Amino acid sequence: MIFTNFKRITRTGFVNFWRNGFLSFAAIVVLTISLLTLGGIIFAGAFGRALIVDVKNKVDINVYFTLTAPESDILAIQKELNRLPEVDSTTYISRDQVLTSFKTKWQDNTLIMQGLDEIGDNPFPATVNVKAKDPGQYSSIAQYLQNKNPTMSDGTPLIEKVNYEQNKLVIDRLSQIIPAVEKAGMIIAIIMILVAIIVVFNTIRLIVYTSKDEISVMKLVGASNVYVRGPLVVSGIMYGIISGLITLVLMAAIAYWSDAAILRFAGVEVASDFELVVNVLSKYFTQNFGQIFVIIMGIGVILGGVSSYVAARRYLRV
Amino acid sequence: MIYYDKVTKVYQDESIALDGVSFGVESKEFVTIVGHSGAGKTTLMKMLTAEDWPSEGAVYLESANVHKMNKGQMNKLRRRIGTVFQDYRLLQNKTIYENIAFAMEAAGRTDSEISADVPHVLELVDISHKIWNFPKELSGGERQRVAIARAIVTQPDIIIADEPTGNLDPTNTYEIIRILRKINELGTTVLLTTHNRGVVDAVGGRVITMEKGKVIRDDKEGKYIL
Repeated sequence: MIFTNFKRITRTGFVNFWRNGFLSFAAIVVLTISLLTLGGIIFAGAFGRALIVDVKNKVDINVYFTLTAPESDILAIQKELNRLPEVDSTTYISRDQVLTSFKTKWQDNTLIMQGLDEIGDNPFPATVNVKAKDPGQYSSIAQYLQNKNPTMSDGTPLIEKVNYEQNKLVIDRLSQIIPAVEKAGMIIAIIMILVAIIVVFNTIRLIVYTSKDEISVMKLVGASNVYVRGPLVVSGIMYGIISGLITLVLMAAIAYWSDAAILRFAGVEVASDFELVVNVLSKYFTQNFGQIFVIIMGIGVILGGVSSYVAARRYLRV
Repeated sequence: MIYYDKVTKVYQDESIALDGVSFGVESKEFVTIVGHSGAGKTTLMKMLTAEDWPSEGAVYLESANVHKMNKGQMNKLRRRIGTVFQDYRLLQNKTIYENIAFAMEAAGRTDSEISADVPHVLELVDISHKIWNFPKELSGGERQRVAIARAIVTQPDIIIADEPTGNLDPTNTYEIIRILRKINELGTTVLLTTHNRGVVDAVGGRVITMEKGKVIRDDKEGKYIL
């Protein structure tokens, strides 16, 4: 009997969905808009994160060594830096590598190349580029190097300078701005999700309200609450499934068309300057499709089903 | 079988719908309840299906107080009572077949029982040619015959017909009364409310007359006296 009831409830839910054409359409439109809001929040989060990662990657400090510093000592310092919990990665660039990349960069500028020849020797110091896990941690890394002040065996300092002070202003501002942006984004997302839930719930409540007379008739012929409410919940779930599918298609379209739009909006130069990687959203959508599918479909189905379930409750008290 | 014990209903606005109503109905009886609009006839019927609750007193069906039943017992009670209303109350987005089938599904009947009984009951009320139509495609008389078919398809013990002829022309009115009489002859208790003199005189039998929420007459072979 349970299977028979399940079959009848599901069938009735499908039939009602089809026969209440306009109401179903209205529910799907509202639910799709709400899910698209959620999709927008997901995309904005992904884009924002990509932007923040990009900006964070732009921030670093360079440790410049004296020209006579032995490579073994530099590598030992690099090793120590890598052990610091604040350090994400370090890159050692030898004097020769700096010279080579300088020459490559300025090979077309004869004036600079002549100047370099006149100097004769390699004027560039070896460098260790340090990236911290968080921009706020650069000050402690710089402090560490300053306190340590490593020297060679003859007492000459190994480190010429650390360019933290020059980057300090940018680093400090970013350390304040990034968490504030993340927090504001989270609050806006929560508010928008709440608004979407309220709008969907009220729309479905109105749809169930139009069935209140039918619900009372069903109760009067002795139908159980499950039997009356079941088809409404099935219809609600169908609103969720169809809205979810439409939303995913629209999100895919937005993801694939947005890159060109972002480039147009930001200007190619600015975009390349910030390395706004072309295809941020399309890459994100493709790589996280499973997760996005579960979130959008899951929330659509839960919103549709639960709203119908709750909305029907008050009319069952006959 | 049915017993109203000093039932009083006072609404929030202090209006009195029922005022100490007491009477009993035997099994297989045909009882016509007569009264002007506002006399309390519909409230009286709603008490039996527990659609409305008394302020005082109690309504018993076979010694069980219908207002002290739990949800499951209430559903079972309602499956034993077929209801016919003046405004038909059919499910608008279901076909005639589905309207009847729904009552059977609610009563836990199997698909084979439903597919056998629905056409049969529609034939009984002479509406089988509209089996796949929707209620809005039917006339008032046809809709009321569907409502009767829905009420009787589960073979209930009691039929409540609350002003079933209120919206019908004389021809359809007498057709509905004829069907209700036939159902009663087959052993179903019928409670009919009306304020139509012609209906009361045509039905004959026991007549309970109500006025301002009170029973003012209860005649074994009554007539319309208002």
